[in-house]
Amino acid sequence: MSNEPLILIVDDEISIRRLLRAALERASFRVRDAQSGAEALAIAAAEDPRVVLLDLGLPDRDGLELIPVLRKQCRAAILIVSARDATEEKVSALDLGATDYVTKPFDTEELLARVRAAIRHRLEDDGGQTLVRIGTMTIDLLGHSVTRDGREIHLTPKEFAALAELARFPGRVVTHQHLLSTVWPNDYERHIEYLRVLIRNVRQKIEDDPSRPASLVNELGVGYRLKAMVG
Amino acid sequence: MTEERPDPDALLRATAQEGRGRLKVFLGAAPGVGKTYEMLSDGQARLKTGVDVVVGIVETHGRVETEALTRGYEIMPRREIAYEGRTLTEMDLDAILDRRPGLVLVDELAHTNAPGSRHPKRYQDVEELLAAGIDVYSTINIQHIESLNDVVASFTRVRVRETVPDRVLEQAEIEVVDIPPDELIERLKDGKVYIPDEATRALSHFFSKSNLSALRELALRRAAQAVDAQMLDYVRGHALAGTWAGSERVLVAVSELAGADLLVRSAKRLADALHAPWTAVFIETPRSKTFEEPQQRRIASVLNLASQLGGMVATLPSASVLEGLKSYAREARATQLIVGKSARSRWFELRHGSVVDRLVRETPDVAVHVLPLQQQEERRPRSRWLRWPDIALDVGYLVTLLVVAGVTVVGFMLSHILALGNVALLYLLPVMVGSTMYGLRHGLFAGLASSIAYNFFFLPPVGSLTVSNPENVVTLVVLLGVAIATSHLASRARVQADVAGMSARQNAAIAGFARQVASVRTTEELAQAICAEIARLFEVRATFLMPSSHGLKLVAAYPPEDRLATIEMGAAQWSFDRGQPAGQGSDTLTASDWLFHPLRTATRTLGVIGVAREDGAHPVRPDQLQLLMSLIDQAAIALERGALEEEMRNLSRLRERDNLREALLSSVSHDLRTPLTAIIASIDDLRARANRDVQGVVENIGAEAGRLNRFVSNLLDMARVEAGALRLRLEAVDLTDAVAGAVHDVRRILEGHAIELDVSPGLPLVRVDPQLFHHCLLNLLDNAGRYADPGTPITVSARRTPGELVLSIMDEGAGIPVGREREIFETFRRIEGSDRSKGGTGLGLAIVKGFAEAMGLAVDADNRVDPRGARFNIHFPERLLVRDLAEELL
Repeated sequence: MSNEPLILIVDDEISIRRLLRAALERASFRVRDAQSGAEALAIAAAEDPRVVLLDLGLPDRDGLELIPVLRKQCRAAILIVSARDATEEKVSALDLGATDYVTKPFDTEELLARVRAAIRHRLEDDGGQTLVRIGTMTIDLLGHSVTRDGREIHLTPKEFAALAELARFPGRVVTHQHLLSTVWPNDYERHIEYLRVLIRNVRQKIEDDPSRPASLVNELGVGYRLKAMVG
Repeated sequence: MTEERPDPDALLRATAQEGRGRLKVFLGAAPGVGKTYEMLSDGQARLKTGVDVVVGIVETHGRVETEALTRGYEIMPRREIAYEGRTLTEMDLDAILDRRPGLVLVDELAHTNAPGSRHPKRYQDVEELLAAGIDVYSTINIQHIESLNDVVASFTRVRVRETVPDRVLEQAEIEVVDIPPDELIERLKDGKVYIPDEATRALSHFFSKSNLSALRELALRRAAQAVDAQMLDYVRGHALAGTWAGSERVLVAVSELAGADLLVRSAKRLADALHAPWTAVFIETPRSKTFEEPQQRRIASVLNLASQLGGMVATLPSASVLEGLKSYAREARATQLIVGKSARSRWFELRHGSVVDRLVRETPDVAVHVLPLQQQEERRPRSRWLRWPDIALDVGYLVTLLVVAGVTVVGFMLSHILALGNVALLYLLPVMVGSTMYGLRHGLFAGLASSIAYNFFFLPPVGSLTVSNPENVVTLVVLLGVAIATSHLASRARVQADVAGMSARQNAAIAGFARQVASVRTTEELAQAICAEIARLFEVRATFLMPSSHGLKLVAAYPPEDRLATIEMGAAQWSFDRGQPAGQGSDTLTASDWLFHPLRTATRTLGVIGVAREDGAHPVRPDQLQLLMSLIDQAAIALERGALEEEMRNLSRLRERDNLREALLSSVSHDLRTPLTAIIASIDDLRARANRDVQGVVENIGAEAGRLNRFVSNLLDMARVEAGALRLRLEAVDLTDAVAGAVHDVRRILEGHAIELDVSPGLPLVRVDPQLFHHCLLNLLDNAGRYADPGTPITVSARRTPGELVLSIMDEGAGIPVGREREIFETFRRIEGSDRSKGGTGLGLAIVKGFAEAMGLAVDADNRVDPRGARFNIHFPERLLVRDLAEELL
């Protein structure tokens, strides 16, 4: 029983805490909750949760301030669950070390998918995965190759660099800035338009319908996410 | 190597020229050479090339050939001006400005407008036309050019009063209209030359062959000179290697004497010949303060003439003309100095030494030109000491006499203990009193009176005047000598004190002014303080006007005044618009009692200060003008500072309000979304567990909760749009991403509709705010879903057209009622009486419009026919498309 990953919910609204707890327990996670920043830090230090679901509007301190403190104190992946939807805030949360971001009101299934992706990330951190499977696609990070339905897909070095970086964090959002500095490490003027066109080219090669991307999806104003193909 | 840098002044002139209209002047040596004819035929040629040419004003004087040439032109109607019972017609400047032709023909550049016109002179009308970017053709005769006026007069003996400043012609293209003198005389005899009746006799001498030849030569020379000047400007502006005399500077000393205008014109000619800058300087001495009105006026008009002729003007306070000129010539590095030599009496020169002689001796680096001044000096009152009534009235002589009497009494009382010679010493006292307190004449008077008293009362034989005693003569000489020496010293001291006092008073005025205006806070107080100070310092009435939403508004006046007459307001407005003075004492709208000066800073005109005298006289004396200008500068700076402070205060107030609004919006957004989050998450939970019976109910709750959520977002979005609080974060967006993301978010609402995407991956990226654009698409898709017939597809298509990219969202349904395509984007507007009233707050499309316009996009809607339905379009202009990416970086 104690093998199930522990999720810490930090939110000052009891209704949200209750709901999240119900959904997570149904998905057989262990759950603790906290209604303030101070309480969250105490639990995080004592119980080493796997994932922290963090609301940004807390009564005692701003959630953004809490991110670096939590990062230092425990190894939990931090998933922001907030009604604030300004892209600036999403980006700064991610820059401060949050793993992902979900906007309220959220789709429960999507939230659970993000929690699982965050846990997987932790596991892979421990193990050091080199082969990533996304639906029928396999990305070999060491061998620099991508196959889909057993057939090799040819990517240019930059296209591969972008896809590999996304594959290192499957199911998680990767910011534009992160991708830009990975793909064009030496360019002073890294422009998002190049990234957009590069991703467009990758989609032409890996998506069934490039005009309705299912794997390589856009995160409004923040970055891209590599999802397992649905259906 | 010499550095070939473009001369900034020349470049500036060239820049100022751009955007201005061009002036072409048809220059003739005399009336009758055919200037108007030439101008009209030139204009016809332009007309044929498609230029929009109109006739502003042309006098054909009934000549048939000329009249024939005006056919084909649009002739602007003239303006009628009633003047002293007659109706005069003038060119209608405003009508031409409204009509905005490409080129306007304006005859007789030197014409003087009827009283009551906007400008006294027609050339000023022309300048306004040029400033408005309209090209002008005009005509002028050589004798009407300001700097040549007196040259022409010198040999024709005809002096014209209508003159045009040289600067007007300096910017113009000049075409000389030339016919040989014989031919002109012939034409004159045939009656082909129009001469006003009253001038016939005066002009008969004018048209002699020798005169005409001289005039012709002058015209050709002037035209050549203009070409020269324009060439020079070009060379300087473009730093072509060329030679020109760069170091010459001409200085002309202006005095109150008649004929000073001749000096100024000579200076202009010399400067033109040398291609040198020139300055007219007036040395303000203590003596010049005693000038009476006509002399003051003459100085002002001569200085005015200098600035009209393109010279600089300076006024310099100094103890003497000589000292002032020497120091100014040194400072200005003048190389040429023009002075007038007045026919002063030999007596005057003996006493003062010739200023000119000393000037030549003491300024060795400067070439001094001495020109004779005309002999028209009006009789100043002759020296006062010869006029008995003055002496009788002058209290100074009385005082001196009393002191002499007193000394005599004292000397009498002391005579038994003092030696006779020492009594004589006592008489130094009245001499010194007289000469230090009242000047030389009183000193000499005291000396004379003392020696008489000494002679009469003390020198034996006492009681009689004798000159036999040599001691007597010595005493007289000594006393007179002392009087001269003392008075000289005292008067010098007094002059220096006066000059220092004059500067000190000006400085004190400026400092006091600065102090006064520094202590006030609001603009209104400041304006009031400025008016009060100017009124006090110049003993005038002062008003202050600032721009408001409907023209200039009187904000302060001293003494208080609540409105100005229409003509004054017109002058003030003109001054404000042009940044130049207007009203009495300026060049423009001189019928106004007031003189208006603009308050300008480097960047803008802040307002206008008006001054006037109670008696309607000239508001500002020429010697006060400089002080007024300094004060106006000070006022402008103070006002600018006040305005900046106010802007800062407004800005921080605005920022506070913005912060408050942001806080409110985010807390409302939090408070509304938290319960919604709980409801939506609960429905998800229910959906997972519900059995078939309640599945429909759960879906219903889910759909309504989703809608509520959209309303909340829309309300918050609308609040942001209305508050103007949108902060754009533009970035390159792939339409594929934007459309796919929006379609994903509305998939539940659009259930039952197939969504067809026609967005080619080859389209350029667009530069928008991703989030705002997402909301636009959400609302358009939501709207389409609401009005589409059930089961019909919704199509999103993007296509590239020349100049833009259009994204369209199309549904199949009733479409938009014809004629209502525009209003559906208005807030809370739902189309009634149609199918388009299904649910919704009517906010969605208003948000689409608000967001789209904030990003520089345009939105519109129309109906399509096959299949029938509505189509909403977002237009991306070319500048928001991202192109030209470097392939090698990919």
